[in-house]
Amino acid sequence: MTTAEKYVSAAYLVVLAIVLLYVVIYAFRMTRLDREVRELTELAARRDAPAADSGRGRGPAG
Amino acid sequence: MLLLASVALAFWWVPDDADQGFSQRIFYIHVPAAITAYALFGWAGWKALRLLWRGDERYDLESYTAIHVGLMWGVITLATGAIWAKISWGVWWSWSERQLVLFLILFLFYSAYFMLRYSVDAGPQRARMSAVYALFGVVLIPVSFLAIRLAENFIHPVVFTRDGPQMAGSMFLVFCLSLAGQVALAGALYQTELAGKRLDSRLRELRRVLA
Repeated sequence: MTTAEKYVSAAYLVVLAIVLLYVVIYAFRMTRLDREVRELTELAARRDAPAADSGRGRGPAG
Repeated sequence: MLLLASVALAFWWVPDDADQGFSQRIFYIHVPAAITAYALFGWAGWKALRLLWRGDERYDLESYTAIHVGLMWGVITLATGAIWAKISWGVWWSWSERQLVLFLILFLFYSAYFMLRYSVDAGPQRARMSAVYALFGVVLIPVSFLAIRLAENFIHPVVFTRDGPQMAGSMFLVFCLSLAGQVALAGALYQTELAGKRLDSRLRELRRVLA
């Protein structure tokens, strides 16, 4: 491999590394968002549960 | 696919450049990266202008995301340019090259955008200040782009002249493929990041409502 070939390969690898780094960082961010969605879903379900329980005890309206 | 095709063609199909030999192949990734960075900064400026014009704050997030992705292409341009300079000129950087210095100024200018943005509390005032700053940066784009033609003693190669691209048809084809691939990749990353940021902002709102 000549010096020019090494440098050209290095340039292309640098680009690949930068794009991969960006994708990895973004994948972590998306994982965090996914976790937040799950937490909020659980929170919403917990808030709904007492309301549903209290509603179950009552008879039909009218 | 476009990018992979352009890389394969750049390495195994296009002929060696008569002047620079094998090292000229960096051109197919360096110049499209610079054009993509200019396009993203230009897009950020357009969104900033729309924010100032219409007052709709969704343009703030779009402008910010374009600058963020544009900076990544700025890093690619600077890194590949430094490697090309090392092969061609024997140095990683040349301060006498106006094209390089102006691109670095443009890059630092947009890097400082984040310092300004995060030094002000979120809200309409921050959105307007960021938009004005992004618009100022747009002025630097044509200056940086034309610097090579304004320079008197340049060693940076000029490929695109008034007579068209000064290269073989196969080289121009690979250049166009690489440019299309990089613009498509930048667009995809921009859309993904924007969707993530919008989701993040809605989740914050939802957390506030549920708390």
